[in-house]
Amino acid sequence: MATTIINLAYLLAAALFIFGLKRLQSPATARGGNQLAALGMLIAVVATLFLQKILTPVEMIAGLAVGGLIGVILAKRVQMTSMPELVAAFNGFGGLASALVASAEVARYITESTPLDFTTTLTIMISVLIGMVTFSGSFVAFGKLSGKISGNPIDFPGMRVLTLLLTVGSLAAMVWAVMGAPDFPAVTDPVVWSVVGLSALALILGILLVIPIGGADMPVVVALLNSYSGLAAAATGFVLSNTALIVSGALVGASGLILTNIMCVAMNRSLLNVLLGGFGQEADEAAPVAGAVEGKPVTATTPDDTAILLSYAEKVIIVPGYGLAVAQAQHQVRELADLLQERGVEVKYAIHPVAGRMPGHMNVLLAEANVPYDQLFEMDEVNHEFDTTDVSLVIGANDVVNPAARHDKTSPIYGMPILNVDHSRTVIFLKRSLRPGYSGVQNELFFSPNTRMLFGDAKDSVTSLITEVKEL
Amino acid sequence: MLENLTYFVLAMFVGREVISKVPQTLHTPLMSGSNAISGITIVGALVAAGMVGGLWAKWIGFAALIAATINVVGGFMVTDRMLQMFKKKEKPALEAAKSGERIDGQAVEKAGVKRE
Repeated sequence: MATTIINLAYLLAAALFIFGLKRLQSPATARGGNQLAALGMLIAVVATLFLQKILTPVEMIAGLAVGGLIGVILAKRVQMTSMPELVAAFNGFGGLASALVASAEVARYITESTPLDFTTTLTIMISVLIGMVTFSGSFVAFGKLSGKISGNPIDFPGMRVLTLLLTVGSLAAMVWAVMGAPDFPAVTDPVVWSVVGLSALALILGILLVIPIGGADMPVVVALLNSYSGLAAAATGFVLSNTALIVSGALVGASGLILTNIMCVAMNRSLLNVLLGGFGQEADEAAPVAGAVEGKPVTATTPDDTAILLSYAEKVIIVPGYGLAVAQAQHQVRELADLLQERGVEVKYAIHPVAGRMPGHMNVLLAEANVPYDQLFEMDEVNHEFDTTDVSLVIGANDVVNPAARHDKTSPIYGMPILNVDHSRTVIFLKRSLRPGYSGVQNELFFSPNTRMLFGDAKDSVTSLITEVKEL
Repeated sequence: MLENLTYFVLAMFVGREVISKVPQTLHTPLMSGSNAISGITIVGALVAAGMVGGLWAKWIGFAALIAATINVVGGFMVTDRMLQMFKKKEKPALEAAKSGERIDGQAVEKAGVKRE
C-alpha cells in the first residue's frame, strides 16, 4: 500500500515537473511553472519521508535543513551578474548527489549481502562516472566563470593523451566492476575499489574536460553540464529502479542537450570543436591598438556627440554583450533607454543567443534592471530591423556583430549567424579598446566609416551618456 | 531494465517537445529550474541515508542528501528570484509631443563630425 502511494506521489511529481517546464514557454506563466515544479519536488520528498521506512527521520530533517539553509543563502545572496557560476555550482552539487547515491547503494548491498546483477553494476558505474564528471567539471566552470581560475583555455603538453588514458581507465574500472559482480556479496573488493577508482578518475576527467575551454564558450559547457546532471540523475534512477528519477533526469538531460545544440548552432561550431577547445585566446588588454596596424582610421567619438546622435534618432537598437555584465552596466543602460523613450525614440534590445556566459544571460541581467521583456528581441526577430535603424549601440559585444562572419571565408568565425548592426545608419561601439573579441579576430566594423568608437568602461560611458542626454 | 529504458526514452521525447518551445529570454531560468528538477536525486539520498544499510551507506547517503538539498532548494529559489524580475511593459505615459520639438539638424550633424 505504502509503495503504491509513494509511486503515485512520484508520478504526480513527474507530471508537475512537465507542467512546470511547459509553463516556462512564456515569461507570463514561468514563475508559476517553477513553483509547480517546486511543489512536485516537495510532494516527492514528503512522500519519501513519511512512507518509506525511514529509520532516522530526525537526522534526515537535519540533513534537509543544512542543505536547505546553504541553498537559501546561495540563492539569496547571488548577484544577477554571477548567475552563470551559481548555476554551474548547483549543477555540480546535483552531479555529486547522484554519484554519492549510487555509491551508497553499493554500501547498502554489502551490508545486506544482496547479490549484484550485471545491469545494476553497470548503471551504478555509469551513475558514478557521469555524476563525478558533472561535479568536478561544474566546479571548474564555476571557477572560470567567477574568475577564480583563468577564463582562458588552459592547455598543457600531453593533456589530450592524459584525457584519453583517463577515459580508458574509466572503462577498465567499469569492466572490473562488472567482472567482480558475480562473486559480489562474498568478495566485495573488486566492486568497491572499482567504484572508488572510477570516482577518482572521473573527478580528474571532469576537470580536464572543462579547463581547455575558453570563457566565451562557457554557455555551451554550462548547458552541457546541465544535461549531464540530468543524465546522472536518470542513471541513479536506473540503479534504484525509481521512475521519478528516470523521468525527471531524462527531462533535464533533454533540456540541456537542446540548449547545447542551440548554443553550438549560434556559433556555427560543432560540439566536438567546442569541447576540444583552444579556440582563440582572449588577447591581452595591453595589446597595441590594432587600428594603426591595419592602416585604417578609427573614428572615436565622445559622450556628448553620442548623446545627440541617440536623442535625435528615430530608432535605436541596443546590442548587449558580456562586457555589459562585466561592467555591471545593466541599470544604467535601462536608464538611458528610458530617457530616449521619453524623447520618443524607439528603443529595442537585440540579443544574440551566445551573448554572455550562459544561455539567456543578457535577458536575466536586463530583467533585473526592469527592462520589460517585450523590448528584448532574439536575433531572428530583429535582424531585418537594422536596415531601418538609425543607431545601433553595441555595449560590450564584438564577435556577434562582426560582418566577417558573413563574407570572409578565411575567418574562424565564418558562418556564425550575426546581428546585422552594420546595416544600421550608425554603429556606436562602447568598448575599452580595439582589442579583438574572444575569437581573436579583429572586427572590421571598427574601421567602417559609419562606426563610432566610444572608448571606456561601459558603465562610465553609459553614465556620461545619461548625463549628456539629460542636458540636451 | 527494459521498462526503465522505455520511461527514459519517452521522457526524453517529452522533454524535447516541451523545452524546444521555451524562448531564448527564459533560457537561464530554464537551466536553473531544470537543474533544480535534476535534484530529484534527493529522493534516492533520503532512501540511502534513512533506511537500513549500515554506516557507510548512511553517511554517504547523508552527504548526498545535503548536496541534493542545496541543489533543489537553491535551484528553485534562485529561479523564482529571476522569474519575478521578468515583467511586461507597463503602459508608459509617453509625452509624444515633447519629442518632436527639439529636433535640431545642426546638432545631429555635429555628432557626425569625425574625431580622430
